[in-house]
Amino acid sequence: MPVLSQVLPSPSPSPSPGSIGGFDGLGSVSRWQRGRERMVVAALFLCALLSVLTTVAIVTVLATEAFGFFREVGILEFIAGREWTPLFNPRHFGVLPLLGGTVMIAVGAGLVAIPLGLGSALYLSEYASSGVRTVVKPLLEILAGIPTVVYGYFALTVVTPALRYLAPETRIFNAASAAIVVGIMILPMVASLSDDALRSVPRSLKEGAYALAATRLEVSTGVVLPAALSGVFASFVLALSRAVGETMAVTLAAGATPQLTMNPLESIQTMTAYIVQISLGDTPAGTIEYRTIFAVGLLLFTITLAMNLVSHRIVRGFRERYE
Amino acid sequence: MVKPQTVLETRNLTIRYGDSAAVIDVSLRIPAKTVTAIIGPSGCGKSTLLRALNRMNDLVSTVSVQGEALFHGKNLYASDVDPVELRQRIGMVFQKPNPFPKSIAKNISWAPLLNGYRGDVDELVEKSLRQAALWHEVKHKLNDSGLELSGGQQQRLCIARTLAMNPEVILLDEPCSALDPASTSRIEDLLVELAGRYTIVIVTHNMQQAARVSDYTAFLCDGRLVEFGPTDRVFTRPENSETEAYVTGKFG
Repeated sequence: MPVLSQVLPSPSPSPSPGSIGGFDGLGSVSRWQRGRERMVVAALFLCALLSVLTTVAIVTVLATEAFGFFREVGILEFIAGREWTPLFNPRHFGVLPLLGGTVMIAVGAGLVAIPLGLGSALYLSEYASSGVRTVVKPLLEILAGIPTVVYGYFALTVVTPALRYLAPETRIFNAASAAIVVGIMILPMVASLSDDALRSVPRSLKEGAYALAATRLEVSTGVVLPAALSGVFASFVLALSRAVGETMAVTLAAGATPQLTMNPLESIQTMTAYIVQISLGDTPAGTIEYRTIFAVGLLLFTITLAMNLVSHRIVRGFRERYE
Repeated sequence: MVKPQTVLETRNLTIRYGDSAAVIDVSLRIPAKTVTAIIGPSGCGKSTLLRALNRMNDLVSTVSVQGEALFHGKNLYASDVDPVELRQRIGMVFQKPNPFPKSIAKNISWAPLLNGYRGDVDELVEKSLRQAALWHEVKHKLNDSGLELSGGQQQRLCIARTLAMNPEVILLDEPCSALDPASTSRIEDLLVELAGRYTIVIVTHNMQQAARVSDYTAFLCDGRLVEFGPTDRVFTRPENSETEAYVTGKFG
């Protein structure tokens, strides 16, 4: 690679001192220019290295602290236990209530975001005029830029009161309200990524369907959507992975009651919200209570990593088929 | 000789993309159950003219159409004409084979089922594939994806799915330009065979192909219709010097 960068003229037309026009003979690439080239490569390499090292460091800390936790608590007790009471006696370290809370938020968010997001994507890619598209797509992306704490406020001040109006038994802090706002939060992601997948379906395929007397709806749902299905599905998985990792809105709106329940109007606690609770509290470092957050963090990391890998794999399969 | 019935006709048809005209003032009568070839140099408006005949140009938002295109005497661009209904009767095969990423059988049956076909699906699939001379090659793998076929087979599959709609007219837009000579010759044989039953309009840049398969030839240049007539006359005794120069290979 360095050899190549020395042979090729630099793409930016900034001639080094002494070589007007930058190309008066092969020997004219000055030593200074070569040195600069190497420095740039080294600097860029450092940037890449730094981010890789940071990731490695984070995973190492997670793993070692979690290892400390698992020396005292069995993995089976952690994974399969149905009670999570690490802060008071009798202590139980079963993560299922937290996992259940997280799953409930993710499923609820998916119920909101997948139909609405897919509908928006179909509208944007197949129906909207280019004028509408140029307005709506950036708007969707702005929605994605709203700070998550604002969504948390929105849940507490708008969604929860509305839910309590409809169903008075709803708790102040409840899973449904958090799930709805997390759903709104990941909706742009579903819409935008699905839209990209739908739009990457070759035009020739659509024309073939139109030429066979298919209506716009039949073309969208019968040809375009099936052809883009893996890309669309990948957008679902990525968005759900974001819902699993979402922290602020669920901390504010879903409550701090780790319990295994199927009722979304109850107060729950997610894995992320638990980590926040312990991190902000006065739990002394080095204790088993403190170490729980690393075990929970490791589990969370594993889940989101697996989901991201799955979605990348799906997208890669999709590309292979169409490019 | 009895004068053949006219199926499609254009009257002073002008088609513009934004401000630039692709087809200018073309008047043309396409006789029933014959093969009409539209030839001409690249960019002369052949495909645009063809796509006007089943309103595929509707899908491009910048297109504007002036003049008339008539199907059995009825203006295709009249406000009460539904392009979907029109395309049930006028099918189209494209330059690049574009089978759906569905099974071979579903490629055939998808559109007829949407458009109210209530007969035996297996029968329709077999009949259409036989008509497109593809049956013997695919009869054991009807559930395989249409994308797994070779280019020439894919194009015959596209012809088969068009035939399955039982159209009156089949429009073909340079259907062999992406295919090898052997596949091309199979498709040409097929067109000659289908000509007795369907009205076929084929756009081609290949003059030998036009000479081999068509009964009538229209020569287009810079969006204008230069000459139209029986193929053997257009090729052997062209009336226009431009046509002569083109068919003898002096330009284009």
